[in-house]
Amino acid sequence: MARTNVIPFGPQHPVLPEPIHFELITDDELIVDAIPSISFVHRGLEKLVEKRDFIDFAYVAERICGLCSFMHSMGYCQAVENIMAIEVPERCQYLRVIWAELGRLHSHIFWLGVAADAFGFESLFMQSLRVREKVLDIIEETTGGRVIFGMNKVGGVKRDIDAETLKGIVGRLTSMKNILEELTSIFVDDYSVKHRLVGVGYISRDDAYRLGCVGPMLRASGYAIDMRKIGYAAYKHLDVEPVVETSGDCHARCLVRVREIFQSIDLIRQAAEKIPEGPVEVKVKGTPDGEYFSRIEQPRGEVIHYVKANGTKYLQRFRVRTPTFSNIPAMITALKGSQVADVPNIILTIDPCISCTER
Amino acid sequence: MKLFTMTKTVMRNLVSGPATLMYPQRRRVYTPITRGRIEITINDCIFCGLCSRRCPTHSIMVTKDNKEWQIDRLKCCTCNLCVEICPKKCLLMDNHYFPPVTERVQAIYKQSLDIS
Repeated sequence: MARTNVIPFGPQHPVLPEPIHFELITDDELIVDAIPSISFVHRGLEKLVEKRDFIDFAYVAERICGLCSFMHSMGYCQAVENIMAIEVPERCQYLRVIWAELGRLHSHIFWLGVAADAFGFESLFMQSLRVREKVLDIIEETTGGRVIFGMNKVGGVKRDIDAETLKGIVGRLTSMKNILEELTSIFVDDYSVKHRLVGVGYISRDDAYRLGCVGPMLRASGYAIDMRKIGYAAYKHLDVEPVVETSGDCHARCLVRVREIFQSIDLIRQAAEKIPEGPVEVKVKGTPDGEYFSRIEQPRGEVIHYVKANGTKYLQRFRVRTPTFSNIPAMITALKGSQVADVPNIILTIDPCISCTER
Repeated sequence: MKLFTMTKTVMRNLVSGPATLMYPQRRRVYTPITRGRIEITINDCIFCGLCSRRCPTHSIMVTKDNKEWQIDRLKCCTCNLCVEICPKKCLLMDNHYFPPVTERVQAIYKQSLDIS
């Protein structure tokens, strides 16, 4: 006779990179319900906005998350720039796109590794991180940091990339394509990997929309929603086509990310070709007054930065709606009815970033 | 044939060296712009305290009276902001990381008294 058990999963678990806790209510090996609880790493960064002036806060915003660090500061800076009606130079917008895509690249390759680790393919994890190191080298050479770029500020970026380096970056990324193709072919075609991922954690097209999924999660279920299409920064000049899969399972989400890696390389190439000459920053005068919310596409999905200012140099309110937070309800739906052994895979395929979620 | 694929991989891995650096023999080369560690040429400092006020983690403390500049290296997040705003340009960012410390102490720099 089947017995109902409650299995605590996390906050410390070998498969989880960051702390999140689930109570898995199981019926033998089948999961009946999952109750999530978050806020193990709450740091109070949103409250800090009242203590730090709006120019310094770009540094705090960058440190919300380690993997999408650049995009957090980019979203924040865009919001403040819009409130203050600052026209950011064209070259700066292109540089932002290049760095954002480099960030997406290393985040996705890292995710491939962690996902491989979750289904027990540890040598693939090491191979992925070896490839990621090449991207981190490019980032370090252009910004000075490996994961915290520290390049954004209100009114522009701090450092320029000269034309020769830019050409070198494109060349290096293009030569990386072969290694990446070899690496990702295992995720796409390998028998054991497919056996582990296909049909697991299915989210239907309607559910994905109704539960408010964002990013690769939504695109894997057949919706072509990508915030880069709304044309923030320099994306309006580039040719961005959302990567869409229709099967809605873990393997589809994996495929979306694999294809986005190559899309990012292509976007960097496009941006390097089109980048105009000019200054990279403008001087900021005065203080912001008003409110704005900026929507940008992170590796994990759409992130919203809401900024409210009251005319002083300290902002009144700063709010981040992170992609992981809006993907959690869908993850719970996917968990219901799955096997206990598939839980790590399902959790990992939403690409959870818990320190983002809890700030 | 799967066997040939594997042989190819094995041969390639035998020929190519390790992906990691054998640390004590080969050190990592940092790029010139790597953000590593804040250093100060204390004799140029005018103790205006701008770096201390702007530091996002409050890791810098400046006392004007006894001409002292201290930094908590474990708090510092190497954001480079102090280096950028220093009016005398006496702060600089070194491009290597600092060695591990055994206790939480402040790095204190004192300006020597100029007797002339």
